[in-house]
Amino acid sequence: MSGNGSKGKVLVIGGGISGITAAIEASEAGCEVVLVEQNPYLGGRVAQMHQYFPKLCPPTCGLEMNLRRLRASSRIQVLTLSTVERIAGSPGRYQATIRCNPRRVTRKCTACGACVAACPAERPDEFNCGMSSTKAIYMPFEMAYPLQYVIDEGTCRGTACGKCVPACPYQAIDLEMKPKTIEIEAQAVIWATGWAPYDAAKIEGLGFGACRNVITNLMLERLASPGGPTAGKIQRPSDGKEIQSVAFVQCAGSRDENYLKHCSGVCCMASLKQSRYVRDQYPNAEIYIFYIDVRSPGRLEDFYAQVQKDAKVHLIKGKVAKVHEDGADGAVVVEAEDALSGRRVAQKVDLVVLATGVAPNSGSVRLELGGALQHDEHGFVNGDQPLAGLLAAGCAKRPADVASCVRDATGAALKALQCCVEGSRG
Amino acid sequence: MDKNEKKIAVCICGGCDIGKSLDLEALAKVAGEEGAAVCRTHPFLCSDEGVELIRKEVAAGANTLVVAGCSPRFNTDTFAVDGCFTERVNLRELVVWSHPANDEDTQMLADDYLRMGITRAKKAAIPEPFSTEIDKTILVVGGGQTGMAAALAAAQAGYQVVLVEKEPELGGFGKKCARKFPSTAPYRDLEPIGLEATVQQIQQNPRIKVNLATAIEEISGQPGQFDVRLKTNGTDNQLRVGAIVQATGWKPYDASRLGHLGGGRYPNVVTNVEMEQLLASGKLLRPSDGKPARRIAFIQCAGSRDESHLPYCSAVCCRVSLKQAIWARELDAQTQAYVLYKDIRAPGQYEDFYRRAQEDPQIFFTKGEVLSVEETANHNLLVNVENTLIDQKIQVEADLVVLATGMVPVSADSEAIRKYRDAKAVIAKGEAGAQLEAAKETVEKLKEHEGTDVLRLTYRQGPDLPVLKYGFPDSHFICFPYETRRTGIYAAGCVRAPADSVSCREDAAGAALKAIQCLELATGGAAVHPRWEDRSYPDFALQRCTQCKRCTEECPFGTLNEDVKGTPQPNPTRCRRCGICLGACPERIISFADYSIDIISSMIKSVQVPDEFEEKPRLLGLVCENDAYPALDLAGMARMQHSAMIRFIPVRCLGSVNVVWIADALARGFDGILLVGCKSGEDYQCHFIRGSELMGTRSDNIREKLKQLALEEERVRIEELAIADFRRLPQIVNEFAAQIEEIGLNPFKG
Repeated sequence: MSGNGSKGKVLVIGGGISGITAAIEASEAGCEVVLVEQNPYLGGRVAQMHQYFPKLCPPTCGLEMNLRRLRASSRIQVLTLSTVERIAGSPGRYQATIRCNPRRVTRKCTACGACVAACPAERPDEFNCGMSSTKAIYMPFEMAYPLQYVIDEGTCRGTACGKCVPACPYQAIDLEMKPKTIEIEAQAVIWATGWAPYDAAKIEGLGFGACRNVITNLMLERLASPGGPTAGKIQRPSDGKEIQSVAFVQCAGSRDENYLKHCSGVCCMASLKQSRYVRDQYPNAEIYIFYIDVRSPGRLEDFYAQVQKDAKVHLIKGKVAKVHEDGADGAVVVEAEDALSGRRVAQKVDLVVLATGVAPNSGSVRLELGGALQHDEHGFVNGDQPLAGLLAAGCAKRPADVASCVRDATGAALKALQCCVEGSRG
Repeated sequence: MDKNEKKIAVCICGGCDIGKSLDLEALAKVAGEEGAAVCRTHPFLCSDEGVELIRKEVAAGANTLVVAGCSPRFNTDTFAVDGCFTERVNLRELVVWSHPANDEDTQMLADDYLRMGITRAKKAAIPEPFSTEIDKTILVVGGGQTGMAAALAAAQAGYQVVLVEKEPELGGFGKKCARKFPSTAPYRDLEPIGLEATVQQIQQNPRIKVNLATAIEEISGQPGQFDVRLKTNGTDNQLRVGAIVQATGWKPYDASRLGHLGGGRYPNVVTNVEMEQLLASGKLLRPSDGKPARRIAFIQCAGSRDESHLPYCSAVCCRVSLKQAIWARELDAQTQAYVLYKDIRAPGQYEDFYRRAQEDPQIFFTKGEVLSVEETANHNLLVNVENTLIDQKIQVEADLVVLATGMVPVSADSEAIRKYRDAKAVIAKGEAGAQLEAAKETVEKLKEHEGTDVLRLTYRQGPDLPVLKYGFPDSHFICFPYETRRTGIYAAGCVRAPADSVSCREDAAGAALKAIQCLELATGGAAVHPRWEDRSYPDFALQRCTQCKRCTEECPFGTLNEDVKGTPQPNPTRCRRCGICLGACPERIISFADYSIDIISSMIKSVQVPDEFEEKPRLLGLVCENDAYPALDLAGMARMQHSAMIRFIPVRCLGSVNVVWIADALARGFDGILLVGCKSGEDYQCHFIRGSELMGTRSDNIREKLKQLALEEERVRIEELAIADFRRLPQIVNEFAAQIEEIGLNPFKG
């Protein structure tokens, strides 16, 4: 590499931690990479996290390092707001059609922010799980890459309004920017399409949507984050009140034939971690974790052992049957059977956190290859594909924590490198 | 390039409020005073026209650029010109977005940042990469599933591989197993191990050379140039490799330590590894009398998740017991299996496998704590279980008990071995008194490490990868699991962490990729992660070395060896360019082309410190470029204001801060010095492992220095901060500024 030119081209679908890692690792081994991300920014789900388990360190630290590597690499082309529409061709020569949606803000944007004040339209901020809003022209989050504003197509009234256009000192806004389609050829394609939180509203009986103070674990990440809707204060959504008690409902939708049959792998550690967020802010808060099995593999057991030492954290083995609001003050009651004692438990708390699971997200690429991408019955992409050069990494393959995703993505980069090397041999 | 030949062009951007907030003409004057050959301003420097203006200056003969505008973290490519040293001066985030516009103090701040930038541009050079011959062979240590996967992965990417296995056959633990739990959808059925195909692939691959029944005698050298001495059946063999994947695997936890569970005591208590062999025979007969074992009790977490044995979870034992229960039931339909567990850990799609076992009415799952196992007269076993789902003690009678013992890594505690050997050397040297006593004590305490070394590296800091915890040489970084502490050596598979075969193979591929990257980067004289592509390297002016050994001790990556006198012996391809050696050296003999004592000292000295009558204190901030500096940017972007008295200089790592910079700053008249690094301690966030910690140690030295100068201790403050804490940073600065105002000005001004 280093001056030897490129070994071949790799298409990476998805710009979360797995996709970023696969792209950077492949590029640093000499491959050209096209990294396609549907959001206007890189980082995916990890960008929304407050801290990682078990170190309780912020994802921004690793994101900064990765973005620096990415900026330093001339071999990676990043396409945000883009989706892969179709892949044709054959092993060694895949042809991909990529649709690039308009940002409506050009590269001239310096991120000065002068446009925001001029914009009259507001949208719910999905980065904060809808718990706050932004203007129609917005910066997705403080460490967004690329560091450029973006206009939400659904909210912006376009040229009918146009107030942002003169507000920009750099003529960086183009309200009539059109989508474009590009074609690339690649020797390998890595599905790093990640995951989506399982829709909590689909789960019967757990009160999401019906009870004001029932939230998901991802919402708690945003509430705990200094960049979130409450500037990091964990509080009740109904009245902004401080919290005296929290119940975590494990396997909310996971390990359940009616919803997600699989175990989502990370929610136990996520809730144990989140119990620390709450305990750090509220030294007197009582925490109830309702679980089937606590799954903290390897050294992560240390974290679980630490949490178990906390007298204010109560671990109850039992599947939650029902969650309902109690009275006008917004309190919530969690009903479960304590499997250890056989007693029925009804625990009244200020806030319920549903440990919703990892639903696979394999994207919507149309394959014209004489073969489909193989999935398992849960919808995860199989690790071994019949067509050489079709690869998957991270949560597209299975529910996994960040470290596992990064290892897997690094391994996927190697397999991509092998395809490129084979390709170059002719 | 000769420094005298430098022709510096300063290009100042007026966009993003810079032009509105600062007097750019005054700034241009500063550029002239500092020796810039030319100074240009542009209202929108990152625009095509702006970039064109920069390129024109280069075409006209400028060979060194100082670009004053936004943070160096943005527009990196935009302002880079091939062959030109480019220094960025952050007037946006650090000045106009974090200070009041058109203010005297803000202007002084901008002037100083420009002075520092031009000073660095004058002093620093584009590093000339070292050139050395790089062998691109990859050594894989261990011929189990991980090692074989790593060897194939690297060979299929075009690299030569030497695979070393201490046993006479390939396969590792896989050889001891006949079937495995499912590795693919639908995750319900047992699978054959399938080693034969892999072994054949290895044997048929012309790029892989296999050395069986082979031990590593010694590995010396550095990435690209590791000299390996192997011993096969008494014969020595020397070879050179470039990078190493350590896939030495695991061994089962010693069941004889589990006497309370009958381990090593009763014939019909077996480990899960022994159970594999019983099952593989096709008939499950118990060892004591050869009768069929029809009631089998699996004791999960036998020695795992247990403070007095292995505190960690071995991650696969639940699935192994599920497999063995299903298998035993397949062999004999009359078999009943009792799985006694704490938590069943079947992550992801393995829930399907767990569900399959649960569907079998003759596999019983009981949550509980196993207290003891007793043997009856006919060698049956009574398992006593407490705290079960029905909240009482129960007793299970079984024909056979399987202890689901955990995984112990085949690794060595490098740091302990090093301490042990150093202590032995002290004794051998014939030291006397307290030193001898201490050495004897160390030898006694660490003697269990004698002969445990695996890689046998001839590194000053020990013969193996440093371990993180419980013997696993894992990376501490969640986002960078291959951020190894020995460049060019990557652990993979069960030696790194307990893992199933699918994860091991993925890990093997990942480690192979990192080994390849290391070789390719070393070929160009460049560093690996985290200072990827950095072509600078430390230069030692050894004629002034006093053999104090601080650099060899403090390097987090074991880069430096020592000769007999204690003089450091650099190994540039081991180096990660953190600069910790530069910070450690009391003689100031270590420097990089673009980062040195002189460069930073000169930058500090270029600041115009107002005299004592102006009553404007000056603070210096030396901040880690990985976390604290980006945090300053983010605070600026959020338009958070901080005191205009402080001047920040990014450093490669807080551990690279040499105390002389602090002395220089105080001598120059700075009133206070703020040092901001990453979190230290068990959950450290320093990519160079010990940067903040080392700064903490050096601060004793600093306090001493302050005392000598009769200055207050509070003038130097160390803070730890993550990027995400950026909202706290302006507050830290402002509080420090207020504290210094209270203490009063540095008496050494002017």
